[in-house]
Amino acid sequence: MLKVEEQQPVEFSPALITKFDEISSRYPEGKQKSALLPMLHEVQAELGWLSAAAMDKVADYLKIEPIEVYEVASFYSMYFLKPQGKYTLEVCRTGPCCLVGAEKVMDHIEQTLGVKEGEVTADGLFSWRGVECLAACGFGPVLQIGPEYTFYENLDEQKVDTLIAELRKK
Amino acid sequence: MARKLLLEHINVPGINTLDVYRQKGGYRAVEKALKTLTPDEVVEEVKKSGLRGRGGAGFPTGMKWSFLAKPEGVARYLVCNADESEPGTFKDRYLMTYIPHALIEGMIVASYALGAKTSYIYVRGEMMPQIRILERAIAEAKAAGFLGKNILGTGYDLELYVQPGGGAYICGEETALLESLEGKRGNPRIKPPFPAIAGLYGCPTVVNNVESIAAVVPIINDGGDEYTKIGIGRSTGTKLISASGNLVKPGVYEIELGLPVEEFIYSDEYCGGIANGKRLKATVAGGSSVPVLPANLTLKLANGEPRLMSYESLSEGGFATGTMMGSGGFIAFDEDQCIVRNTWNFSRFYHHESCGQCSPCREGTGWMEKVLHRIEHGHGKMSDIDLLVDVSRKIEGNTICPLGDAAAWPVASAIRHFRDEFEWHVREPLKSQETNYGIAKYAEPIAKAEVTTDN
Ligand SMILES: Cc1cc2nc3c(=O)[nH]c(=O)nc-3n(C[C@H](O)[C@H](O)[C@H](O)COP(=O)(O)O)c2cc1C
Ligand code: SF4
Ligand code: FES
Repeated sequence: MLKVEEQQPVEFSPALITKFDEISSRYPEGKQKSALLPMLHEVQAELGWLSAAAMDKVADYLKIEPIEVYEVASFYSMYFLKPQGKYTLEVCRTGPCCLVGAEKVMDHIEQTLGVKEGEVTADGLFSWRGVECLAACGFGPVLQIGPEYTFYENLDEQKVDTLIAELRKK
Repeated sequence: MARKLLLEHINVPGINTLDVYRQKGGYRAVEKALKTLTPDEVVEEVKKSGLRGRGGAGFPTGMKWSFLAKPEGVARYLVCNADESEPGTFKDRYLMTYIPHALIEGMIVASYALGAKTSYIYVRGEMMPQIRILERAIAEAKAAGFLGKNILGTGYDLELYVQPGGGAYICGEETALLESLEGKRGNPRIKPPFPAIAGLYGCPTVVNNVESIAAVVPIINDGGDEYTKIGIGRSTGTKLISASGNLVKPGVYEIELGLPVEEFIYSDEYCGGIANGKRLKATVAGGSSVPVLPANLTLKLANGEPRLMSYESLSEGGFATGTMMGSGGFIAFDEDQCIVRNTWNFSRFYHHESCGQCSPCREGTGWMEKVLHRIEHGHGKMSDIDLLVDVSRKIEGNTICPLGDAAAWPVASAIRHFRDEFEWHVREPLKSQETNYGIAKYAEPIAKAEVTTDN
């Protein structure tokens, strides 16, 4: 069941609207719904997650029903339907990465951050979750951090510590 | 040294830029195709090459192209499948990261052959860095006159766009991909109609894997006949293999099809053997969806002959003693890995990724995950093992798209070849939490009579 979290009305920046216009121009006339997935990525990059208010505005822009946006946002794993930490560490948890230590890396992240999968740290900085194969199995364990999906390969506990320390300093 | 057609220049500094790519002979195929060949002649060369789809199904690319419907006044589309999400597969991401122009060049030639005026590269959304790389490469190609209006003065127009996915393995299935590209949930469509008749926006569409499209470049440069000189039998040309798991040198390798599996695993030119001096226990040779094989059947066919990295040799023996080429995702398991645990992991993956349209897939994958979870965690019953086989059989062949089969095969094959390890988990619930079953008999040659049991 999709629970669309309520939130204050949102404003989209002029830069975001310009981006919407550019994306919509990639498809033939009348097929602008194709812009939906890329637009949702842009919204999430700007706001951190997809609130009902934000999705409604996307529906407005594309002249489609809000439900058409909700059903897409809830189908795909990359869209966050509730607020996340500033940095969400997404660790690959699929077979090949587990052969080379992904489970240990996830345990270590859980202990270091002190929050369970899907929860946000008290300072709002971090959340983490396991995700499925990220197409880098030969370089595992791996993790990514949105919105640009910066990629980290060949991880071990020490590298995770260094990464978290660096992000804290930012 | 094996011949390389796709990765020959991978180590050249700046090969990701248009200038260096052109210095190394890049965009010759665009010049040749657009200026000296008709679209049908391009299709003919690809047919001659014997190139088979590199996305997993292995369908001949030239034949797929010749099926494309061409009604008057209706747009046609080429869509590149860069969703790469099959566990164990990471060649497309690699190619796009380091030699993006190989894909762009292939897209231009293939679009010309198909008469497409607008083409899309559907890249899984997580590959944002690769999306940026491709967008930059497209801008470079456009500035140099290889894209846009009146390409190289030939009168051919083409626009090329990158489309991000939203994170869903099922969008690698071609009709789910098209749904997703139309801005919808990734629910596979019922076929027929096939995309060649009614694909993107209901128009005739070809969907091809990144590697298939990139392979068109050397085929046009050197001719289809030249391509068939590499490889073995109906497995022509080179193939990118993603090697992962417990190997000394995991990574992406371009092989000439027909290379012995043993050489691929153990030679220093490729994977360099099993990591940490351990022994090989099992492999999944073509991405998570194909049957797992014990070490002995990986290296040799049931009749004792060496197994080769080719479509035919990998599937030799059917599911009783063989596997499949699939997407070329080669996963190696050392003697300390637990087959039950990995099978549970894969089942969890398929359950998570099922789109939920068909009940055998939606319910069956969940059920298999649950049963495997309890066997792995010491709560299994002996009857669970046959239950798993039963559930897998009920999914197989009874679903809209092949994800159902892809979920069933890893489970069925694990039990077919490693039943003793499953039974041991049930018999020794405590011990199996602390130690692994080990390599047992899997590295020893299996007598022929033993392997023809079930199926
Ligand atoms: C569940 C599922 C996932 C798939 N994932 C991919 C993928 O990530 N990339 C790909 O090229 N083909 C994938 N395929 C195969 C495509 O449906 C299609 O056969 C392929 O893109 C055709 O291109 P080719 O002929 O060049 O191989 C997948 C198929 C299924 C059933
Ligand atoms: S087999 Fe599974 S993934 Fe494929 S359409 Fe049916 S439910 Fe969806
Ligand atoms: S299994 Fe982790 S990247 Fe593929």
